[in-house]
Amino acid sequence: MQVRSQVSMVFHLDKCIGCHTCSVACKNVWTDRKGAEYMWWNNVETKPGTGYPTKWEDQEKYQGGFETNGDGKLHIKSTSKTKVVPNIFHHPNMPSMDDYYEPWTYDYQNLFNAPEGSDQPTAEPISMIDGEKIDVQSGPNWDDDLGGSPIYAENDPNLEGLTEQQRLQLSSVERLVFFYLPRICNHCLNPCCVASCPSGALYKRGEDGIVLIDQKKCRAWRSCVSACPYKKTYFNWFTGKSEKCILCFPRLETGQAPACFHSCVGRIRYLGVLLYDAEKMEEVAKLPDDELVEGQRSMILDPFDPEVIAEAKKNGISDGVIEAAQDSPVYQFVMKWKIALPPHIEYRTLPMLFYVPPMSPVQASKPEDTITHNSDNLFHDIDDSRVPMKFLANLFGAGHEGPVRYALAKQKAVRWHRRAETVGDIDRETADRMLREANCTREEAEEIYKLTALCTFEDRFVIPPMHREQAIEMMKEPHEHREEVGFGFVGGPRRGL
Amino acid sequence: MNPHVLDQFLFIALPYVSLFTFLLMTIYRYRQQSFSFSSLSSQFLENKQHFWTVVPFHYGILAVTVGHLIAFLIPRSILAWNSHPLRLYVLEVSALACGLLTLIGLIGLMLRRGTTTRIRKVTSLNDWILFTMLLIQVVSGVGIALFHPWGSSWFASNLSPYLWSIFKLNPDISYVTAMPHLVKLHIVLAFLTIGFFPFTRLVHLLVIPNPYLWRKTQVVRWYGHPQK
Ligand code: HEM
Ligand code: SF4
Ligand code: SF4
Repeated sequence: MQVRSQVSMVFHLDKCIGCHTCSVACKNVWTDRKGAEYMWWNNVETKPGTGYPTKWEDQEKYQGGFETNGDGKLHIKSTSKTKVVPNIFHHPNMPSMDDYYEPWTYDYQNLFNAPEGSDQPTAEPISMIDGEKIDVQSGPNWDDDLGGSPIYAENDPNLEGLTEQQRLQLSSVERLVFFYLPRICNHCLNPCCVASCPSGALYKRGEDGIVLIDQKKCRAWRSCVSACPYKKTYFNWFTGKSEKCILCFPRLETGQAPACFHSCVGRIRYLGVLLYDAEKMEEVAKLPDDELVEGQRSMILDPFDPEVIAEAKKNGISDGVIEAAQDSPVYQFVMKWKIALPPHIEYRTLPMLFYVPPMSPVQASKPEDTITHNSDNLFHDIDDSRVPMKFLANLFGAGHEGPVRYALAKQKAVRWHRRAETVGDIDRETADRMLREANCTREEAEEIYKLTALCTFEDRFVIPPMHREQAIEMMKEPHEHREEVGFGFVGGPRRGL
Repeated sequence: MNPHVLDQFLFIALPYVSLFTFLLMTIYRYRQQSFSFSSLSSQFLENKQHFWTVVPFHYGILAVTVGHLIAFLIPRSILAWNSHPLRLYVLEVSALACGLLTLIGLIGLMLRRGTTTRIRKVTSLNDWILFTMLLIQVVSGVGIALFHPWGSSWFASNLSPYLWSIFKLNPDISYVTAMPHLVKLHIVLAFLTIGFFPFTRLVHLLVIPNPYLWRKTQVVRWYGHPQK
C-alpha cells in the first residue's frame, strides 16, 4: 500500500443552474490575458450538446486518453512513444483555434470616433487575434440551452447506442430536455497530459495531486493538448506555452476555495481530500470498461481505517490532511453513498472530479405515467427518464447503466423520503420501501439531504492544511526564504523572439 | 579592401565573433529568460498548411544538418564511403533531395507566414530576418549541390579541416580561400546564422526533449521532502 492524498471534487449536477458564474470567476482571475482569451479553464456545457472544444468527447477525432491494446500495457492514444518523433512537428489530432472559437471584442472606439452620419454608429465585432473585423461564427457556449440543436445537440457523441426513439425523445417539441455540465481539469490520478509531455513539463504535485504545467519547461510541443481526453490543457498561442486549470492552488494554500467553487451560485461544488493507494493505479487503469468505476473506488482508502492512517503517516501525510480526509464531503458522495461518478472513465486517466448525475426533470417520458405513483416499479420514472439512462451511462458509467441507475435511484429515494417527512403526500411505508430498494437507510438519506440541500460553505469545502511553511522550514531558514522568493519570473514571462 | 584582409575577416574574425555570441547569449538567455525557450508552434492558429510546410522543412533540414555534422566530425568515413562511385552518387542525390525538400518546406513556411493573417500576428521582425537568412542559405546550398558537385567529398577533405582548425584555435584559411564564391557565401552565412541563433526562435533546437523516451510515465514533484 502506498498512501497518497488527492484534493478531489464533486459537482452535483442536479443543482447546476447553468449561470456561468464559475466560468467568469475563473476567466477574471486567470485567463484574461493575451493568448489566453479563448481559454475557459472552467466552462459550462449544455448536454446534449457538442461542448467546448466542439465534440471533445469524440476520441476518434481527437485521440485523447489511454488505450489498452492487447499487450497488457497502457498506451497514450495520440502520441505514444513510437509516434513522438513524427508528431512533434505536427500533431495530426490536435484541435486548432477553429475547434474552440476565435475570441472577439467590439470596436467600442467607433461609438465615439465615428464621423457624423445618418446612422447611429455601431460597435462591430473585431477579432482578438488579428484585430480584423470578424463575422462571429461560434463562441465558447454557442449551443447554450440547446441553441442550434440540429447542429449541436444532435451530434453529441454520448448519443451513441441510443435508439432512434430515444434520440427523438430528447428533442421532441415542448418536451425538450437538457442539463448542464460544468467542467474543469479533473486532476486525474493517471493524467494523460503528464504522461505525454516530451519535456516532462507537466507534473502532479505529490502532496495534493494538483496537476500543473511548469511554464519554464514547456516548449510548445503540444502533446498534452492532444493527449488530454477532456481537452483541459490549452495552448497559449501568444506565449507559446500550454496552460491549464491550476485548481487555484495559491488560494488552496491559503485555505480558500478555488474561485469557481467559491463563486458557484448553485452551490453544486464540493471539495475535499481523498486518500488513495498509488500502487494500484496502473492495474486499475487497465481494467475492462465495465469494471473501471468500481476499480477506481477500490483505490480510494478508508480514512478511518487504522492501517491506512498508519501507512499515510509513514508516507509523510500530516495529521491535518488525514483529518481533512475524514471530514471530506467527496468521500461521502463517492465512497459512502456511491452517488457521484467519474466522467468518461473509459478514457482511463482516472479523473478525480466526480459528478452526481442529474435527476431533473423528474417527469417521465410517457405522459400518462408522470403522476401515477401506483406503478409497481417505484423507479419507473428513472427508467423512463426523459434524459435516457443510456445517455447518462455514456457520460458517467463508461456506457454501463448500473452505477448510474444506482445513483439516480438513491437520489429519488432521498427525495421521497423527505416528501414523506415534510410534505406528507407520500406514505412512510412506500418511502421506506424505496429507500430499501435503493440500498439506503433513513439515516443515510438524512445525511445526503443535509449535504445536498442544507450545506454551508464549511461543509462543502474541507480544505486540507497544505503546510507549505513546514516544508520550507525543513529546508532552510524561513526569513532567508522570504527574501529569496517573490512572485513571477525575473524579467517577466516574455514571448520568445 | 585587400582580399587577404577580407578573407581573414570573414573566415577568422566572423566565426569567432559568431561562436562567442552564440555561446554567451544562449547561456545568458537560458538563465535569464528560460521562459522564452519554446518552439513557438503556430499549429493552433492554422492547422492545414501547417503539415505540408513544417514537416517537409524539418525532415529536410534535419537530414542536411546531420549530414554536415557527420562530414565535420568523421570526414574519413565519408571519404571511405565515397571511394566507390555508386555510393558517392547515392549520397549526393540524397543530399540534393533533402536540400530540395528543405527548400520547398521553407518557401511554404514563408508563404504561410506571409499570407495567413493570424500567423502574421505571431511573426516578428527577427523571424523574417531569420527566414530570409535560411532561404539564402538553403538556396545557396542547393546551388552548390548542382554547380559544384561532389561536395560530400570536398567538404570532408577541405572544409572539415578548416572547421577543425577554428575549433582548435589555430585557424587555417588556406582551405577556404580557394573555394568558389557560392561556397564562401554559404560559409559566411552559416556563421552569421550561428551568431544570430540566440536571438531567434531557433533556440528550440537546444531544448529538444530527450528524457521522454526513458523517463517514468508519470511525473510527480514533491515540495520539500523527496518522493516516498
Ligand atoms: C529535432 C530537432 C527539431 C525539433 C524537434 C523541432 C521542432 C519544431 C517545432 C515543434 C516547431 C513548431 C512548428 C509549429 O508547430 O509551428 C518548429 C519550428 C521551427 N523550426 Fe524546428 N525543430 C527541430 C530542428 C530544427 C532545425 C535544425 C531548424 C533549422 C535550422 C529548425 C527551424 C525551425 C523554424 C525556422 C521553425 C519555425 C517554423 C514556422 O512556424 O514557420 N528546427 N520546430
Ligand atoms: S483532465 Fe486532462 S489536463 Fe486535467 S489531469 Fe486529466 S488528463 Fe490532465
Ligand atoms: S456557478 Fe455553479 S451553478 Fe452556476 S454554472 Fe457554474 S457550476 Fe453551475
